[in-house]
Amino acid sequence: MNKEISGFKHIQAAHCENGATTSLLRYHGLDFMTEPLAFGMGSGIFYIHIPILSINNGPAISYRSMPGWIFSRTCKSLGVKVVRKKFGNNEKAAHDFLNKKIVEGVPVGCQVGVFNLPYFPPEYRFHFNAHNLIVYGKQGSDYLVSDPVMETVTKLSEEDMIKVRFAKGPLAPKGHVYFPENVHKVDNETIKKGIIKGIKRSARDMLHVPGNIAGVDGIKYTSKQIRKWRDKLGPRKAGLYLGQIVRMQEEIGTGGGGFRFLFAAFLEQAYGYIPNEQLLAVSEDFTKAGDLWRESAVQMGRIYKGRINNEQKDFEVCADLLLEIADIEKQGFLKLKKMKF
Amino acid sequence: MKKEELPQDDSALKVMTRELCYVKDNDGKYTTGLSTGWDVKKQALDNAWEEINERVEEAKKAVKNGEKSPIYYFMELRLMDMPVLSGYTGFWSFNIKRHMKPDVFKGLSDKKLAIYAKAFDISVDELKNFKG
Repeated sequence: MNKEISGFKHIQAAHCENGATTSLLRYHGLDFMTEPLAFGMGSGIFYIHIPILSINNGPAISYRSMPGWIFSRTCKSLGVKVVRKKFGNNEKAAHDFLNKKIVEGVPVGCQVGVFNLPYFPPEYRFHFNAHNLIVYGKQGSDYLVSDPVMETVTKLSEEDMIKVRFAKGPLAPKGHVYFPENVHKVDNETIKKGIIKGIKRSARDMLHVPGNIAGVDGIKYTSKQIRKWRDKLGPRKAGLYLGQIVRMQEEIGTGGGGFRFLFAAFLEQAYGYIPNEQLLAVSEDFTKAGDLWRESAVQMGRIYKGRINNEQKDFEVCADLLLEIADIEKQGFLKLKKMKF
Repeated sequence: MKKEELPQDDSALKVMTRELCYVKDNDGKYTTGLSTGWDVKKQALDNAWEEINERVEEAKKAVKNGEKSPIYYFMELRLMDMPVLSGYTGFWSFNIKRHMKPDVFKGLSDKKLAIYAKAFDISVDELKNFKG
């Protein structure tokens, strides 16, 4: 098959799901959509530190909400219908469905695992199953692929496509594809409402999720754990744990500072729709939070890089920084919560 | 973070792409910038790989010493853990743990070995004959 869906434009994004959401909606005529807007309306910002559970032999920490939610929530706010399909173990049905959508001229978002993604460098291929890419055509037996984290478009063979769509383990995609349907024009009023909804939901998630492991309380929880790690795990392993935090926070896909810069950019764009100066002030708060997350990464780096700065007092510095961040974010979300629109 | 402060260090990502980051321009407005990498996170990733390679080496020794079956080694080599290997094979982790015992491994049917070999992307012979 030789078909390239005309009108589809590759857009590079910091985060794959934001990127997929943005370029799919823009393809359907919603030209106002940007990555920060998708992230904000979808309430992508979050924090959770799940105790006991370990991922890749390190702490299980996430700076964002559940995979899939950004796309669903943003579309819902805009009154856009979302079609999702999963195929269990039926690789043939998944293959046929994707080809059918290409013939119909519909760009499709695919959830994939990165372990077998050939264009990823080997150092980055872990069993992470919630990556997103868009298929926008086929050339011979190669799919034309827009991977939102990449500068340019790329390709995947049929065989590789099946492998990554049927990666196994936690969050197994089971061939999961998704795309918007019946997209109508969206007026400014709807966009405003979507923005406000996204803001209020983020404030609620970060301030009021019960327990002490999620939201701003979760950041404090991590801070407390960091103080214990060196005694509990020994200097080397404690350093590796810090390394895992830095990777979750700063690796490709986050936009830097654990998504905090993205959130600050969203608030700045929100001001374009809702001219309330407070949005800009809170945006500054989150820029500050992002900068401090970066600073904490540098401090953690000093510990796991050299074998020199690996003393309890160095861990205390990291833990204190996290407390400072938790406080800034708490104040920021409280302001957002109280804001009248 | 200001745009000019965006790190441009070396990283494994260079063969694939530069990554997009959200930064401030000179007027204090948000814009995007492309980064080739950042030493702080490169070091974290390098350390993680060092740790993985050590685990693989230890697994190899364990097979050589007759403490574990090759399934344990290939699980580590392929960066898998129990939930992932269980996902690829369809076996319960309770059974996988048993199959990691050398004596139990010896008695495994070719059919089961083939399922493991496929999960590890190797041949049944490679799996059977791995001695550490």
